[in-house]
Amino acid sequence: MSKKVTAAIVGPGNIGTDLLYKLLRSDTIEPRWMIGVDPASEGLKLASDRGVEASHEGVDWLLKQDELPELIFEATSAYVHREYAPRYAEAGIRAIDLTPAAVGPAVIPPVNGEEHLDADNVNMITCGGQATIPMVHAVSRVTSVPYAEIVASVSSASAGPGTRANIDEFTRTTSAGVETIGGAERGKAIIILNPAEPPMIMRDTIFCGVSADADRDAISESVVRMARQVQEYVPGYRLLQDPQFDDASPATKGMTKVSIFVEVEGAGDYLPPYAGNLDIMTAAATRVGESIAKEILR
Amino acid sequence: MTAAPVSGVDTSVDALARTWSQTDPSSDLDLRLTDTCLRDGSHHKRHQFVPQEVRDIVGALDEAGIPVIEVTHGDGLGGSSFNYGFSATPEQELIKLGAETAKRARIAFLMLPGVGTKDDIRAAQDNGGQICRIATHCTEADTSGQHFGLARELGLETVGFLMMSHTQSPEVLAKQARIMVDAGCQCVYVVDSAGALVMEGVADRVSALVAEIGNEATIGFHGHENLGLGVANTVIAARAGATQIDGSVRRFGAGAGNTPLEAFIGVADKLGWKTGVDFLQIVDAAEDVVRPAMPEECTLNRMTLMMGYAGVYSSFLKHAGNAAERYDVSGAKILLEAGRRKLIGGQEDQLIDIALMLKAKADANA
Repeated sequence: MSKKVTAAIVGPGNIGTDLLYKLLRSDTIEPRWMIGVDPASEGLKLASDRGVEASHEGVDWLLKQDELPELIFEATSAYVHREYAPRYAEAGIRAIDLTPAAVGPAVIPPVNGEEHLDADNVNMITCGGQATIPMVHAVSRVTSVPYAEIVASVSSASAGPGTRANIDEFTRTTSAGVETIGGAERGKAIIILNPAEPPMIMRDTIFCGVSADADRDAISESVVRMARQVQEYVPGYRLLQDPQFDDASPATKGMTKVSIFVEVEGAGDYLPPYAGNLDIMTAAATRVGESIAKEILR
Repeated sequence: MTAAPVSGVDTSVDALARTWSQTDPSSDLDLRLTDTCLRDGSHHKRHQFVPQEVRDIVGALDEAGIPVIEVTHGDGLGGSSFNYGFSATPEQELIKLGAETAKRARIAFLMLPGVGTKDDIRAAQDNGGQICRIATHCTEADTSGQHFGLARELGLETVGFLMMSHTQSPEVLAKQARIMVDAGCQCVYVVDSAGALVMEGVADRVSALVAEIGNEATIGFHGHENLGLGVANTVIAARAGATQIDGSVRRFGAGAGNTPLEAFIGVADKLGWKTGVDFLQIVDAAEDVVRPAMPEECTLNRMTLMMGYAGVYSSFLKHAGNAAERYDVSGAKILLEAGRRKLIGGQEDQLIDIALMLKAKADANA
């Protein structure tokens, strides 16, 4: 395939820059613009060094160009994306949203990655969602899940000011994704920022409540299979333990408790390997972007 | 050998640097006490409080003159979960009961950003909660901004909790306290979640906060008994300028429990510090009302000592015990490994991973 779909990355922070490194390796997407608002941005400089047109004059500048991108990857904040999303749509540009704005339908590659290839706007939920919702789905594709809960622990160093100022957006968007994409009737999300030095690698625990007669072997098999599916685009995604099953008791509110423990080590493209939470976002966004790009090129 | 002087603190017996009445002119108290057996004690109770216990305890503490009573799931609003344990009675119902029962006391509730949300704060206020206490790990104060903002907008009194304060220097804590105060926090607590601070360590941290915050907010201290220092640490915190004090009657709290409030009230009487609480009444309440609601006394034992010694979050106690029993490994070793991994409050899930790792090691050696 010689022709590539053109893309702009808006937001040259940690996520945007890590995403740039991944898109530069893509067979289907050509990252041609990197857009920020701060002339001193390191991300803009790195983009420029790699032959990508970099501007600190924001989205207004981008939308004034003669040639517009076919895809925009939004790596700013939920508030910024909510403001700009209508303008992208108006200009006929498809948006892949890496903020928790949730303007468009949520996408988790191994669960519904092929479902919204014609949507104007798709949302990548949150890092914790990308790491855990596949596992909720791995259980719910075997048996019904009345309740699922995820606990994401990330290193403090990998949580930027946007996440910190809007931590409720994380819990709300993630728990909604646990329900809509994960397939749990009710979802809950918890996030912990741990300041340990050296920084801890992202860890996630997924608890699912299931019925006493659920097929435990089938659940375990599905979980292991899902881990392999995620590893296709996040090689550092690992199950730490075999899925654990606790019999129903008053302490589990009468549900059989399935516990799944994962670790997400990043690829170390721009961000250090401990920041698996950011890596899984950019890897998933690349994957989704490439699926959309193939659809455009078809 | 003479005792090492406590830096920057007047150690004469009755010295009290600041008083609560300086902050609240309608009060003539030297110290304002908060009892947290219906929140921190929720850990010890495995979150199984029933309505009658809340009515009885709030009634007795209120009668004895405790000015603030905290009621919430141990891990704060929204804490009812697989990870922390499900509540037997929804916490919002308990907050409502507390508020209906208290005649004089204000009802406080706790929330942890990342666990609870702003919607939970609104609901707690609707149910009669008047003091919103927002807890973060002591390096992550900037995750509390939106919650302090909302709480002030709603007209709630605000308190900030810097958890696991033993892990950071006084200077770092003071900067984190500044972030909370700038976000709308009216009182910042040095929270010794692991019961690992020793005397001077408390004084230095409280003094650093007083120096940074001055009269912009009050300073508080929340102690645990894991090294048996709850009352001593609290006395020294008050001398260093803390005017709001946490404790739990009968120690009813996580780990080896909190500073026993009735003992501290007795000590305050002897030091001439006015708390507004009747010593005889609170001692009766401890014995006759609070003790019967406890599954067992909070004691110093192998597990709880380990927490103070290794600096482990007190609420891990029951969870480490569960995992030890489930996988037949040493609970004390789970706690030590939790300390080595530098786990912080909220990471209860990782205790299961540690237990499985210890079990795998034991199986490999078998």
